[in-house]
Amino acid sequence: MASDAARWNHVWVGTETGILKGGWRGLASTESGGGTCGGLPLATLARLTPSTRRGEPSTKTSRELHGGGTATARGGGERPLLGRRRRDSGEWPLPGGSSGPGASQPPSPRHPALLCLQILVGCADRTVKHFSTEEGIFQGQRHCPGGEGTFRGLAQADGTLITCVDSGILRVWRDNDKEASPDPLLELRVGPGVCRMRQDPAHPHVVATGGKENALKVWDLQGSEEPVFRAKNVRNDWLDLRVPIWDQDIQFLPGSQKLVTCTGYHQVRVYDPASPQRRPVLETNYGEYPLTAMTLTPGGNSVIVGNTHGQLAEIDFRQGRLLGCLKGLAGSVRGLQCHPSKPLLASCGLDRVLRVHRIQNPRGLEHKVYLKSQLNCVLLSGRDNWEDEPQEPNKVPSEDTETDELWVALEAAAKRKLPDLKQTQRALQTKRRKKKRPGSTSP
Amino acid sequence: MAKSGDKSGGSGKKSLKRKAAIAELQRAAVAEHEATESGVQPPKTAAFPPGFSISEIKNKQRRHLMFTRWKQQQRKEKLAAKKRLKKEREALGDKAPPKPIPKTIDNQRVYDETIVDPNDEEVAYDESTDEFASYFNRQTSPKILITTSDRPHGRTVRLCEQLSTVIPNSHVYYRRGLALKKIIPQCISRDFTDLIVINEDRKTPNGLILSHLPDGPTAHFKMSSVRLRKEIKRRGKDPTEHIPEIILNNFTTRLGHSVGRMFASLFPHNPQFIGRQVATFHNQRDYIFFRFHRYIFKSEKKVGIQELGPRFTLKLRSLQKGTFDSKYGEYEWVHKPREMDTSRRKFHL
Repeated sequence: MASDAARWNHVWVGTETGILKGGWRGLASTESGGGTCGGLPLATLARLTPSTRRGEPSTKTSRELHGGGTATARGGGERPLLGRRRRDSGEWPLPGGSSGPGASQPPSPRHPALLCLQILVGCADRTVKHFSTEEGIFQGQRHCPGGEGTFRGLAQADGTLITCVDSGILRVWRDNDKEASPDPLLELRVGPGVCRMRQDPAHPHVVATGGKENALKVWDLQGSEEPVFRAKNVRNDWLDLRVPIWDQDIQFLPGSQKLVTCTGYHQVRVYDPASPQRRPVLETNYGEYPLTAMTLTPGGNSVIVGNTHGQLAEIDFRQGRLLGCLKGLAGSVRGLQCHPSKPLLASCGLDRVLRVHRIQNPRGLEHKVYLKSQLNCVLLSGRDNWEDEPQEPNKVPSEDTETDELWVALEAAAKRKLPDLKQTQRALQTKRRKKKRPGSTSP
Repeated sequence: MAKSGDKSGGSGKKSLKRKAAIAELQRAAVAEHEATESGVQPPKTAAFPPGFSISEIKNKQRRHLMFTRWKQQQRKEKLAAKKRLKKEREALGDKAPPKPIPKTIDNQRVYDETIVDPNDEEVAYDESTDEFASYFNRQTSPKILITTSDRPHGRTVRLCEQLSTVIPNSHVYYRRGLALKKIIPQCISRDFTDLIVINEDRKTPNGLILSHLPDGPTAHFKMSSVRLRKEIKRRGKDPTEHIPEIILNNFTTRLGHSVGRMFASLFPHNPQFIGRQVATFHNQRDYIFFRFHRYIFKSEKKVGIQELGPRFTLKLRSLQKGTFDSKYGEYEWVHKPREMDTSRRKFHL
């Protein structure tokens, strides 16, 4: 049941209290999914912010994302704990409360009958955990030391895990759970003050980084140690003063080499590495507050940006004009994601509410859910058939009799007593993971 | 004649105005006279055409008269109805239906899903790990810095002084045109836990910025209805140095919880009951009323209170995560009037 629930969750949110929550966007019901990340703030789904907190995880992990009707699928109140609570081992470093976003791994969108989805969750203590949506539990974690600060980007490419932290250390790890090797395969120094690292969905070995006083750089991980593209700052302004740099979010535009960034000085810029000009090709301003999150719309011509006041705007980056605004958020926007084909936008922020907006005809709020913790990042599953999910009949999953010593040990160490035996048995199944496909949409 | 018809209709009802009464008697007499002349009995009761309303009378004095008469009758009917209802209730005794509750805006408040359930574990965990946790775990004790905007006038200065007597362990400093972003690191290094800035406009205090210091949230309030000590009627003597108790009323939603905790963290944990002083933050309809009283128990159930101290009303404008940084800080909650104030029955705190 838990696994069924987790499988049909379409929207995943990470919170400041270290809880991963998932739910149905649909109206039918409120399946709950998710788990805690050891009581630590989640560093990423799309982007997660750690806080200075650590500590005892809260009791029940999964809280429901109310998708509308109260109906159902409380599926027999013993919706078991999804995910394991890890008790505080007391070793976590105490980050200084800086924000550390990181990217997460979206599930592959091309398989409607998808069984294996995996979400990579980066936490404040610089561990990356694998959450399996099919089974609804955290399957493993690895610690990624090095550098200071929290994760600003997570990506996966060809069996390797790419992480970037606040102080600018970008590392590529071998993504093999059995042997968590402490040495990275590759290490790059990107420059201090990184705010975002994003992977190009078309070329998994190409990443872009940017931050506060850290200009946009595009790196090819298979190439040299120098960035492929290094952006140049715009000309001095009308008072002949240097314009400060603060790239908060980066997106790769599909179909070309261009990148769009949004800055903390409320600018939206388009860069084109293919052109000889290293300065931005297009620059527009929106609002008076720092832009914190950005996402591409399915139409392909515009981006939606959010700022620290909770204002969302759709900006056309071909002409550089404002197409429209979305209202409703009361707090800083922390995570935005558009559905790859439908005109839907999920937004989450510090006002503890997850909202799903409709971007066109008509523009407005579709749904909102109060989740009790401050939300850090959001991830949408790329499936097109959100409405078609039938109510899964409660069937007993085929029990694998394989026992994995490692998993048993993990379970024994971390779980608490559950009345549901099925949960235990499911947890002992061999985990099946699908690697991220190159063509899939990334957040 | 229409006029005499009206008047005779009027005379059918009870008339209180003496002049009108006399006039009507005269007219009635005339009418009677005319009527007896014509040999027809004058009508005793009012005969208004149907669909007639008092507002159609063109003469203001007569219209006013008719209206007052109608009003008195309505009042009488209402009183009679009340009495009847009361009698019925008494007659029924125990079987009487419960009294209907009058509708108030507070009663009709729209359901707010963010209202905190006292048993909620997630909220409890959140609160045990947020910025106020060190205060609520008794690891830090509050030390407050009170200052104003630049070049304050008399009222603001006096309000600061009075506030510093209300809040224990607080210090007032003159703001010498210093930037808050420069004051804050200095405060942190001197172990201050909270910063209060009273903003002044046109010689009256109108805003309050409350910032919890080591990277805590910053709340910005609008302040109104400020009454200094000498403006409070029937007040008691000046407050003593005892640590007051705190009352936080009605902070039910999640946002209200955060704000309530901010206020609670201004005062030390150990109220001295000998001092019998209490500071109250009462939230009603998103307005927070601050009062400072001294109480005395006259008997087990009767309390007498004396209002001391300043009194003001606050309304939350924004709650920002992190210390004061209005331009680049991230906001947890911003009040947006056009989006949030659309319903008169929806409140946020």
